Amino acid sequence: MERYLKVLRLFWGTAIAAELEYRLNFIITALISLGGLVGSLFGLFLFYRTGYQFAGWSWEEALLVLGLFTVLQGFSTTLLIPNLNKIVTQVQQGTLDFVLLKPISSQFWLSTRVISPWGLPDVLFGLVMIGYSGDRLGLTWADYGLALLPLTFGAITLYSLWFMLGATSIWFVKIYNVTEVLRGLLEAGRFPIAAYPAAYRVFFTFVVPVAFLTTVPAQTMLHQGGRGWLLASGLLAIVLALLANRFWRFALRFYTSASS
Amino acid sequence: MVHKALKIARVMLSVYYAYMVEYRAELVFWVLSGTFPLILMGLWVEAAQGDRFDLTPTELVQYFLAVFLVRQFTVVWVIWEFEREVVEGRLSSYLLQPVDPAWRHFFSHVSERFARLPFAFLLVGLFLLLYPYAAWLPRLDNLLLGLLATVLAFCLRFLMQYTFALAAFWIERASALEQFWFLPYTFLSGMVAPLALFPDAVRAAVLWTPFPYLIYFPASLLINRPDHVAQGFAAMVLWSALFWGLNRWLWRQGLRQYSGMGA
Repeated sequence: MERYLKVLRLFWGTAIAAELEYRLNFIITALISLGGLVGSLFGLFLFYRTGYQFAGWSWEEALLVLGLFTVLQGFSTTLLIPNLNKIVTQVQQGTLDFVLLKPISSQFWLSTRVISPWGLPDVLFGLVMIGYSGDRLGLTWADYGLALLPLTFGAITLYSLWFMLGATSIWFVKIYNVTEVLRGLLEAGRFPIAAYPAAYRVFFTFVVPVAFLTTVPAQTMLHQGGRGWLLASGLLAIVLALLANRFWRFALRFYTSASS
Repeated sequence: MVHKALKIARVMLSVYYAYMVEYRAELVFWVLSGTFPLILMGLWVEAAQGDRFDLTPTELVQYFLAVFLVRQFTVVWVIWEFEREVVEGRLSSYLLQPVDPAWRHFFSHVSERFARLPFAFLLVGLFLLLYPYAAWLPRLDNLLLGLLATVLAFCLRFLMQYTFALAAFWIERASALEQFWFLPYTFLSGMVAPLALFPDAVRAAVLWTPFPYLIYFPASLLINRPDHVAQGFAAMVLWSALFWGLNRWLWRQGLRQYSGMGA
């Protein structure tokens, strides 16, 4: 365990040092996420401006969901995109061999090798949005703390899904865009799941569990929805995390290297 | 002259079509990754149940299906390819050929459309199975105008992105420009909602920008709700002319700047 922490520190230290060479990038990405935020607010406003409400979600509560979505988006820009999208390249060029030779878990290596600080503006803006709407709704620190649990579960779920999709590149090699499909579907998490028609709700709960990423944490924060959802969210995260690990080990049996 | 141009076009189309078909599976995933309009369709259909908005749920299903299709045919990625060519110096070899390299990119995009066509229609068919009541046929004149508008929208979008791509001669990450541009494109083009649902002041302002003509305008023609047709086409032609001029000027300036790094 201690060895892993040490490795992690080295990984992230070098990654951040490398990324900080491009400081202008930081301003650009901050501006882009600010623009994205304005756009999403505009999109949400289009629904609410005539007095329509997503079933049971006031404007502030919907903002809460959007804030949580933005935080998760920042999380995936920081950790998931730079690492998991690289699995494809590793398989394609055969450099996965070097990873497998290292005396640490290959899943750990592949999932944490790089960290990119460019997702931080998103996390920050998301937190500001949560803070603003939470303040308007009279939420306390205890409520935010409570939401941390399902949010962590959501992050684990997201990571596991992404990792499993990345792992399928062992068979299909060029599947960059599979993760793009996932990313496209995750966009649904911008809005509370109650805003969708029944068929969509089923799909986004049971097929692509978007509901557990943003809606459940928001509900927990608002003391709605009951313990059942929280429990389901935890179960889902644990099952998917275990499955991801199993799946990776299974996939590795089919790895035949390339050009080495 | 014309004969030669046609021949070049035909050869490029068939070559790039072959490239594209090689990665069919990848193509399916690209089609599927454009699900954003379908997600918003769900939201708007649910929202319109209460008759609070100007459009009926059926019209909204039709609108977002049309948006999905228009978007499939106007996807452009030239900036990433051009940026790589400049940064890696591969542009040099293309400059030696007697055809402007822009045409290579253009025809590679066009031929990809043909490869994408069957999958996109399959997905639309699937949606019509889910929403059979929304099935509609565009009137013939609207269909023809809508197709023309889609083609023009693709050309305009390609032209705009290629113009930004030329910034690669001066800066290393030209694609950041496209990332900026993509934000207003997403939120103002009618992808998140038909312009009829925008506040009046915003709509009036947005109509002066090129964005609504890229998606909203062709899509509304296709669902038989034409909206200021002549004005729309005029705006598209004007914006295209503007970007064409800028593009050619930047191209001439950029070539002087280009040093063939890394080649």
